[in-house]
Order: sequence, then structure tokens, then C-alpha cells
Amino acid sequence: MSERFKIAIIGSGPGGLSAAARAAERNVSHVLLEAEAHLSNTIYLYQKGKYVMDEPGILPLRSPIPFEAGLRETILDRWNETCARLKVNVRHRHEVAAINRRDDGIFEIRCQNGNRLEAEAVVLGIGLQGNLRKLGVPGEDLPFVQYQLDDPDAYEGETIVVVGAGDAAIENAIALARQNNVVIINRKDEFGRAKKGNESAILKAIDDGLIECYYNSAPEKVEALSAGRKPGRMILNTANGRAQILLDRVIARLGATAPRGFVEACGVVFPNKDPASVPAISAQYESNVKGLYIVGALGGYPLIKQAMNQGYEVVEYITGTAVEPADAPLLKAKFSNLRGIGSVEQALAQIQKNVPVLSHITPLQMREFMLDSDIRTPAEGAVIFERNDYTNSFYSIVEGEVRIAVENKPHPIVLRRGEFFGEMSLISGRRRSATVLAGANCVLVETPRRSMNRLINSVEAVKAEIDRIFIMRAIQSRFASEASSEQLAEMAASATLQRYKAGDYVFQEGEDGDCLQLVRVGSLTISRNIGGKEIVLTYVAAGNYVGEMALMGESKRSASARAAIATETIRLDGPVFKRLISRIPALRLRLQKEFKERTAANLAMQSMPGGGDIISFLMAQGAGEATDILLIDESLCIRCDNCEKACAETHSGTSRLDREAGPTFANVHVPTSCRHCEHPHCMKDCPPDALRRAPNGEVFINDNCIGCGNCERNCPYGVIHMASKPPKKPGLLQWLLLGRGPGPGEAPYDPDAVKDPKAKKAVKCDMCKDQAGGAACVRACPTGAAIRISPEEFPAYAQSRR
Amino acid sequence: MHDSILTHAKSRYLWISLGLCVISIALYIWHDPGIAPNGGTWLGYTLGTVAALLIVWLLLFGIRKRSYSTTMGSTLGWLSAHVYLGTALILIALLHCGFQFGWNLHTLTLVLMLIVIFSGFFGVYTYLRYPTLMTRNRESATRDAMLDEIAEIDQNALSLADGIAPEIHAVVLRSIENTRLGGGVWTQLRARDGSDIAIARIKVAIEKRETQIGAPPPSMQAGQTILAMVDFLAGRADDKQSEALRKLIDILSRKRALATRVARDIQYQAIMEIWLYIHVPLSIGLLAALIGHIISVFFYW
Ligand SMILES: Cc1cc2nc3c(=O)[nH]c(=O)nc-3n(C[C@H](O)[C@H](O)[C@H](O)COP(=O)(O)OP(=O)(O)OC[C@H]3O[C@@H](n4cnc5c(N)ncnc54)[C@H](O)[C@@H]3O)c2cc1C
Ligand code: HEM
Ligand code: HEM
Ligand code: SF4
Ligand code: SF4
Repeated sequence: MSERFKIAIIGSGPGGLSAAARAAERNVSHVLLEAEAHLSNTIYLYQKGKYVMDEPGILPLRSPIPFEAGLRETILDRWNETCARLKVNVRHRHEVAAINRRDDGIFEIRCQNGNRLEAEAVVLGIGLQGNLRKLGVPGEDLPFVQYQLDDPDAYEGETIVVVGAGDAAIENAIALARQNNVVIINRKDEFGRAKKGNESAILKAIDDGLIECYYNSAPEKVEALSAGRKPGRMILNTANGRAQILLDRVIARLGATAPRGFVEACGVVFPNKDPASVPAISAQYESNVKGLYIVGALGGYPLIKQAMNQGYEVVEYITGTAVEPADAPLLKAKFSNLRGIGSVEQALAQIQKNVPVLSHITPLQMREFMLDSDIRTPAEGAVIFERNDYTNSFYSIVEGEVRIAVENKPHPIVLRRGEFFGEMSLISGRRRSATVLAGANCVLVETPRRSMNRLINSVEAVKAEIDRIFIMRAIQSRFASEASSEQLAEMAASATLQRYKAGDYVFQEGEDGDCLQLVRVGSLTISRNIGGKEIVLTYVAAGNYVGEMALMGESKRSASARAAIATETIRLDGPVFKRLISRIPALRLRLQKEFKERTAANLAMQSMPGGGDIISFLMAQGAGEATDILLIDESLCIRCDNCEKACAETHSGTSRLDREAGPTFANVHVPTSCRHCEHPHCMKDCPPDALRRAPNGEVFINDNCIGCGNCERNCPYGVIHMASKPPKKPGLLQWLLLGRGPGPGEAPYDPDAVKDPKAKKAVKCDMCKDQAGGAACVRACPTGAAIRISPEEFPAYAQSRR
Repeated sequence: MHDSILTHAKSRYLWISLGLCVISIALYIWHDPGIAPNGGTWLGYTLGTVAALLIVWLLLFGIRKRSYSTTMGSTLGWLSAHVYLGTALILIALLHCGFQFGWNLHTLTLVLMLIVIFSGFFGVYTYLRYPTLMTRNRESATRDAMLDEIAEIDQNALSLADGIAPEIHAVVLRSIENTRLGGGVWTQLRARDGSDIAIARIKVAIEKRETQIGAPPPSMQAGQTILAMVDFLAGRADDKQSEALRKLIDILSRKRALATRVARDIQYQAIMEIWLYIHVPLSIGLLAALIGHIISVFFYW
């Protein structure tokens, strides 16, 4: 019979380690199963010398394992020590392959190495990093086969075989080729999966003979050699038969398998297919499988301290000890300005009862939701947000009412207890469409974009409800002035949501028009085929509609509409809409007038050769998802780099824009600089949610950045860097009169001289939101070459540049 | 949407300057001091003061340009005003002195001012003309990218030359050592680089080798292209070598094209900067002379 424990903890990350330590401290029979030969693989793999941060600062730590902000090495050393001192029963190199819950409630755990164990409860703390894919052939674990590369300059004069064709493999191969003899093994005949820059770099390196490439090849085995000059060899299967490479080292960069498949195989259910969704767990961290608990990043808590607290708490719950979660004081503080509400649990329940959208979510999700949210009790008449603000938070009305001031309408729309607002900007990533004022006795919950998106992705019912209201309100805001509410409801009933990938046609010139499309996310370009060439006429941003004309007489589409970026539309059924306009002459008149204006603008564009090409060029640079983009007219730019100097001078010494890099077309240059995307990619995966959007649209990074580098990787435009804060410079007059260097605009400091690793955080353009005068780059340009514009201005911009 | 120095804010400062000039001329014509107009009349003092204030303000542009977080207008607006008001200064100063010149400090001040202003004109001309030339010359590569490519070509050229003959290797090596881009002000402005010499030297080396081998000296006229030369050689040297030679000359031609472009890029940039080396120091000199002028007229007049 196999060994039996009370608790089996899988994964020794901060979550799992803390759980095991708590179990050891309390003498609960336990085992900690870790796939690797060391503890906490995710943290082990951080860059050497990384300064690990202990966000969120206000959250108290509750764990037998110490943790405070500091160097990776120090933290790992202390964890190892504590683990040994508490006699945590850890088994290394025990990668769990399967977990099976027997009918008697006991879990059978099978490890990759053949060991089997039994446990009464399982704590899953395997994080989100997944397991690095190994070679999958004999010899994959030999000492000279590695799956990670810290410092390419550490190797010299070796023959190194790099396996893989993704960005990591290419970057490693190119870096290693500086000092070594590098061979890259690619299963396919091209490097299509990599970023453009990497693809061209590797093809060039291969062309120049710097790197040798085996295409259509796969390793068959790796062997250690005892004789000869090289320690090992790899046998390859190539298109032309087998080949052998004598080598010093193999570096395989094959990506990681997401843990989701394994977790699902354990019986845990995810709410939907979205990779961002997390399994629903109870307030005690128990999943839908009874006795199987989930802590840490896997459960949706991406910070070390959160994971450690959960590890501690979960052991208490399993052993039947009641504890107040570590975040309880924080929640209590949030409710402090609400009178007449008892315990935190009661307050949460009350909010869920009052706001129907929130009634679908689990108590744990509700806690997390409230931890990220703020309770607002604005005075009557106070502005909650203004029309044209770029904020993107979501509001639920717990008590009282709010008034929405609608343009051209004397009476505001009133929303009452239980309703929500702010979903338009959240979803479209665009400006607020109306000003919202507080009514009497109003109590609101304001939730930031990330938490709301996570909820929408995790709970189907929330998504459905928000989408329904979104459609209704979108239709209302376009047609309410002419149509009655029954007519609007009829239109809404025929509406469906459609998704398009960048480049997809929403409709094509010459097709029969059978619908009207309201753009809700993303943007479109409108083009016509003129003389065999697709000429872009204009750009349509989210919030506008297209395709009405074919419904009002001519039945063929007069132009094509194409998604400039990933786009979602609300499709309104043609016949229903036609019936509506035939009944409402005022609507017909308005649409006709708008159509005339559009046609005139299109004609102007069409008669201007080259104008559309500029829009096309900008779209190809991803400007379609921008809200504000820096453009430089190269016929005016004297390359003085004053723009970069101004940026560095106003942003602690590092310029956040690279003027020279970036493509140019017809003298329009798109420098490498943040575009403040509607849906910023950089926000996707930020553990402390440090990336935020300010009311004027600036996407900026808060001080609680932990320097993990995810945003740097996620931004497709390469505009985020990791940088440390330089020492202060002398003032202008001191430099001018006393010669205290370095002067304004001069290279500020020697970046390598800054040894303090604390400072390495992500930096990016914040559009000078803290500068009274506005964007420093534009204001510093002496020749007027640099401007910032938003995509709505592209058509006018293109016309201004014949 | 992009405004240039001249068109900024619908050329607002052009109109302001013109207005200033018109007023000055009107006053000058209307004013009748009884003697020949000069700096000593009340109008002379007034115009002189205006001119001096303008000069001080024009000098402040150097500080404004470096005050990156100021809220006082855009640099573009300042420069537009700088250019137009600076130009108006010519007239105002001339009216101030009533077109009276002598070999004295006063006239030196005026001369310095005129040099500064005319160097400014040249600057504006370069700012409007050279950026476009620069873009065209770069063909959307960056200068660093071009330099990288040159370094890479050098590397490849060496290894190719290695396989041909030691003389050729030596020639290529020497030419790499001699390629210097940038350099002193003059080299920058003349846009010269050493890459032509390499190809010429290879030609010489091949000729020498041919004569050493004792083969009939190839009839290479001065005008004959280097490629014809390679073809000619292909007949006698072994295939691999002539192939390598052809490649070598190919990439050296590519390098020449690149080096020319880099040199021209540097040249354009240098021209856009060189005039500031007159404009700025002389404007400081002007300030000194102006102070001298004012002191002298107050104390010694
Ligand atoms: C570069 C980077 C920098 C970061 N910096 C910070 C920071 O400064 N501050 C901060 O608070 N957070 C930071 N984070 C986030 C933090 O690392 C994670 O939130 C935290 O590690 C999550 O802990 P966890 O216990 O959930 O899982 P993990 O730490 O991911 O641990 C999972 C463990 O499980 C093991 N495992 C996986 N599968 C199996 C299996 N099948 N069988 C057995 N064992 C298995 C793994 O080997 C690993 O040891 C950073 C993240 C990254 C990527
Ligand atoms: C506060 C400012 C100024 C004052 C008070 C001032 C005063 C005077 C006076 C009193 C004279 C008469 C001297 C004479 O007739 O010989 C004079 C002459 C002159 N000033 Fe100025 N001046 C001023 C600024 C300037 C400026 C800015 C310039 C030009 C850059 C200038 C250039 C001249 C010249 C060229 C003369 C004529 C000298 C001559 O007659 O040989 N002055 N100024
Ligand atoms: C007496 C008159 C003038 C004085 C004292 C003066 C002074 C200055 C100073 C101090 C600078 C700052 C340079 C730097 O710090 O880099 C400058 C820049 C400049 N000036 Fe003048 N100037 C004068 C007239 C003019 C005129 C008449 C013109 C043009 C018609 C002109 C065009 C320029 C230009 C184009 C710049 C460069 C801006 C830049 O590249 O940043 N100046 N001037
Ligand atoms: S950093 Fe990149 S992803 Fe983020 S807003 Fe800017 S351009 Fe978009
Ligand atoms: S400040 Fe203006 S002119 Fe100078 S480099 Fe930047 S864009 Fe070009």
C-alpha cells in the first residue's frame, strides 16, 4: 500500500510552500511534492539579482515563512532555511502526473517518476508558469541539456545546439552566436511563429553563415560521450535522413505547457474556454472537486504575498480551524464609510443582493471583487465622471440613484439601485460617452478594468447581462431621439454580437446590404476598389456605425468595411431596421444627412491620390488601436533629438521614445513610442495591476510595479523598458553658471553605475500627464515635426499631407 | 497639422514683426530731430532700447530650449517668434543708428548682430531643406543599421579575401582600417569616406599578381570596370577563386554605396548643426559688445 498523508501539497511556490510550512508547524501529516530539484521554481527562475517586491503593501503577511521585499537570492535562502527548520516533508523531483479522487474521498496521486501517494486533501499550488516542454527524447535530462538561458555571455567557444523556432529560441541563438558556434534546429521550414524582427534577424544570421540551421528536423536522441573533444552528441532526424552533431551544450526553448489541461484532468471545471479564466473556488479555496483546494496564481491571485496567505489559511480550513482571512481588515476598512452594515460578510451579501449582476458570483470572487473595488458615496450632484474622460472603471449602484446627462436632451436618464454603468468605456476602450452625476444618497462600487474583465471572463452570466445592457444602451444612444422605446426594443431583439480579426471584411463593396453594424470594440477602415487597387477612404472608430446606406435605397454596398484590428460589432438586422426607418421619417432624414456628409468626405479623399495610402500605412503600424500616437514629419525633423531629451529630462532620465526607430512612409515617421491603445496589451498580465489609464487617456505605470517584465513582453510595439532611477541632476542654472554637469539633455548618467537593483521597474510614456504643459516631446520640438494625434484625426491628417 | 517654423500659428509672428517694422518706419519718417537721425535722439534711444530688449529675449531662447518642463509656450512657437522678430531687428537697429556707421564699437555691435542674424537665415534654410534630403538618402534605414551592415560586410570581405590570396587579404584589411566615417568637422562636411580606395587597391594588387605570375599583363585600361576585370581573370584563375573574387567585389561595391550614404547622412547633419557654432558664440559676443555700447554711450557721450 502506498503512503498516506492528511494533506498533499502540490507545487512549492509561495502558496504551496506556505501551506506545507503551516502544516509542519502544526504537526499535521503532510507532503510537499515539487517537480524540480529546488523550491519555488517560478521565483528560482527570476533573473539573478532581481529585486522581488512585496505588493500589495497594505496586505499583512500571514505565514510561518518570512517574506519581505528583497533580492531573489536572499528570499530563496531564507525560504530554504525555514523549510529545513520546520522539517517540511518536501519531495523534490516529484512532478505530479495525475490526481484521482476515489469514491471514499481519498485522493490517489501519481507522480511522473512512478511514485504513488494517497492523501485526504490536496492543495494545488502549481502556479501559472506551466512546465517547460522538454525534448521528449532519450537524454533530455543530461546535464548539458538545458531549458533556460540566463546569460548568453557566460559561454564561449562552444558548439551549442538550440532547439526551437519561437522568439526565445531565436533570441538565445543570436545572442550565443556572438561567441559560440550555434546550430538551430527547426521542426518546420520557416520561422513564422516568431515576431517579425526576430524572424528577419535569424534568417539573416543563417544567410550570413553565423548560425547553421537544420530545417524540417527533429532530435532523435541526445547522448553523453566519454571520449573525444565534445561531451555529447545529438542524433537528428532530418528530411534527408539522419545526422549527428557533436556538441558542448543543448538549449531547448520549446515553450511551456499551460497547467490548465492537467488541472482539468483532476476534475476541476473552468467557466469557459478563455485562457484568462480561472476556476471557481469557494471562500475556503475549495474547488468543485471536494477536498481539492487551489491556492496562488492558479486560483487567480498572482502575487507572492497573496499566495502565501492563502497557503496558510487553506491548512487552517482543511484542519477545521476557523480563521478570518488576512484581507478581512482591508475589507472592513473599505466598508468603514458605510453606516448600518454589520460584518464584512453581511456587507458583501447586501451588495450582492442589491446588485443583480453580482448575484451570480461566488463568495470568494465577491471578496476579491470588493478588495479591488472602492466604495464611493458622492454628494448629490457630484460628478462621477465626465463625458470624454478616458477612465474605464465599472460602477454598480448599491443604493440611491445617478443621473446621466445626455446631449441634446433636457431630461437626464436616471439609473437606480441595482443598475450599473461605465460598461461602455470598459468594453470599447474609448472615452466616456456621457457625464454621470450622483443623485440623492448614492452608494456606488467602483471596480477597476482588470477586476471587471476578469469577472466577465470567469462568469458567463455576468458577461451575458453586461452584453445585453450594452446592446440596449448602444442602440438607445444612437436612435432614442427619434424612436420609441418599443421600437428600440424591437431593434435590440434583432441584434447580435459579431467578432472580426484584423483584416477581416465586415462587408465588401458590391455585396447586398442586409444589416447595419455598430462598432463596439476596435475600428474599421472603409475602402473602395478603384482601378484594381484598394483605396482607403476613411477610418471608423468604435462607437460609430457603418452600412446604413445599403438599407436606405441602394441595396448594394458602395464600399468595403474591414477590421483594422480585432473588432467586435453589434449587427442590427436589415429588414427590422428598414421597417423602422420607413416608419420614422425623422430618423430617415438624419441618416440621409449623415450619409451625404460621409460621401462628400469620401469623395474628397478619393480625389486625392496618396491620402488613403497614408491611412493604410498608419493602420499597418497598428495605429488603428491607438488613442493617441506620436507622428514625426521627416521633412521637418532636423534629428536634433530634442524630443528624446525632453522626455528623458521630464521622466527621471530615461527617454520613453525612440525617435529614429520605426517605419516611415511619405515622410510620415512612426517612432517607437506608446500609442495609448484602446485596449492596452501591456495591461494583460500585470500581477499588481500597476498599469492604469488616466482620465485623459494616458496609459501609465503605477509605483507598485514589481518589475516582472510581462508588460515589456506583451506590448507589440516595444515601447516599455525596464529601468532604474538615476541620481538627480543639477539644475539648469547650476549647470549654466557653475558648470555642474551633466547639463540639460546631456546623457544623464551611466546606467551601469546604478547598482541599486531596487529601482528596476517598467517605464513607459505617460503622455506627460504630470507635466502642466502637456507632452514634452511635442513641446520641445523646435521645428514642428513632432505631433500627437488621435485616429479620429487620421482622415484630416492624410488630407493635410498631399 | 504639422506646422513649420514659418507657418506656425498662421505665421502670427510674421505679422507681429511686420507691424513692428511698419511702426518703426512710420516713426522714423515722422520724427524730425533737427539733426541727422541717430541713436542719440529720443527715437534713437527708444528704438535702441527695443532692439536691446529683443536681443536679450532672443538670447533667452537658448534657455527656453532647455527648459523641458516649462509651461511657457512650445519651443516651436518660440523659435517661430525668434526667427521673425530676429529678422525685424535688422530694420530696427538700422533705424536706431540712423544709418550712421564708423570704425567703432557701436558699428562692431551692429556687424556682430548682422552676422548672427544671417547665420540664422542659413540655419532656417538648412532646417527646411535638409531633413527631406536626409530621409531620402537613408532609404528608411537608420544610421546605426547602416554602420552595422558595413561592419558586417567588412567581416565577410575579410573571410572572402582570406580564401583568395594574401595580398588581397592585406589590401582588404588595410582598407577596413582606413575606412573612417565622420571624423573632423571638415571630413564631416565634405562627405568623404575611404571606401573607393579599397576597390582601386584590389585592382592594383591583382595587376601585380598577374605580372608576377608572368602571364601576359591583362590589358586593363583605366576606364575598364572592375567587373570586366573579374571576367577577364575568370579565364585563368581557378573557378572557386574567381567566384570568391566576384563576390568580394560585389560586397565591396555594396559597402561603397552604404559608406557614401552614411557619409552623406553625417554631412547633412553636420550642415544642420555647423551654423550654430557661429550663431551662438557670436550672439554671446554680441551681448558683450552691446553692453559695451550701452555703457560707452552713457558714460562717454
Ligand atoms: C518575472 C516575474 C517577476 C515577478 N516578480 C514578483 C514580485 O516582485 N513580487 C510578487 O509578489 N510577485 C512577483 N511575480 C509573481 C509571482 O512570482 C507569482 O505570483 C507567484 O510565484 C505565484 O505563486 P504560486 O505559489 O501560485 O505558484 P508558483 O510560484 O508558480 O509555483 C509553482 C510551483 O509548482 C511546481 N509545479 C508545477 N507543476 C507541478 C506538478 N505537476 N507537480 C509538482 N510540482 C509542480 C513548480 O515547479 C513551481 O515550483 C513575478 C512573476 C514573474 C514571472
Ligand atoms: C539700450 C539700448 C541702446 C542705447 C541706449 C543706445 C544708444 C545709442 C546712442 C546714444 C547712440 C548715438 C551715438 C552716436 O551718435 O555716435 C547710438 C548709436 C549707435 N547704436 Fe545704439 N543704443 C542701444 C542699442 C543698440 C543696438 C541694439 C545696436 C545694434 C546692434 C546699436 C547700434 C548702434 C550703432 C551702429 C550706432 C551708430 C554708431 C555711430 O554713429 O558710429 N545700438 N546708440
Ligand atoms: C541677434 C539676433 C539673434 C540672437 C542673439 C540669437 C540667439 C540665438 C540663441 C542663443 C540660440 C540658441 C541656440 C542653442 O542654444 O542651441 C539661437 C538659436 C536659433 N536661432 Fe537665433 N538668434 C538671433 C537671430 C536669429 C535670426 C534672425 C534667425 C533666423 C532668421 C535665427 C534662427 C535661429 C535658429 C533656427 C536657431 C536654432 C534653434 C534650434 O535648433 O534649436 N536666430 N539663436
Ligand atoms: S505600452 Fe504598448 S500595449 Fe501598452 S498602451 Fe502603449 S503601445 Fe499599447
Ligand atoms: S525634436 Fe522634433 S526635430 Fe528634433 S528630433 Fe525630435 S521630432 Fe525631430
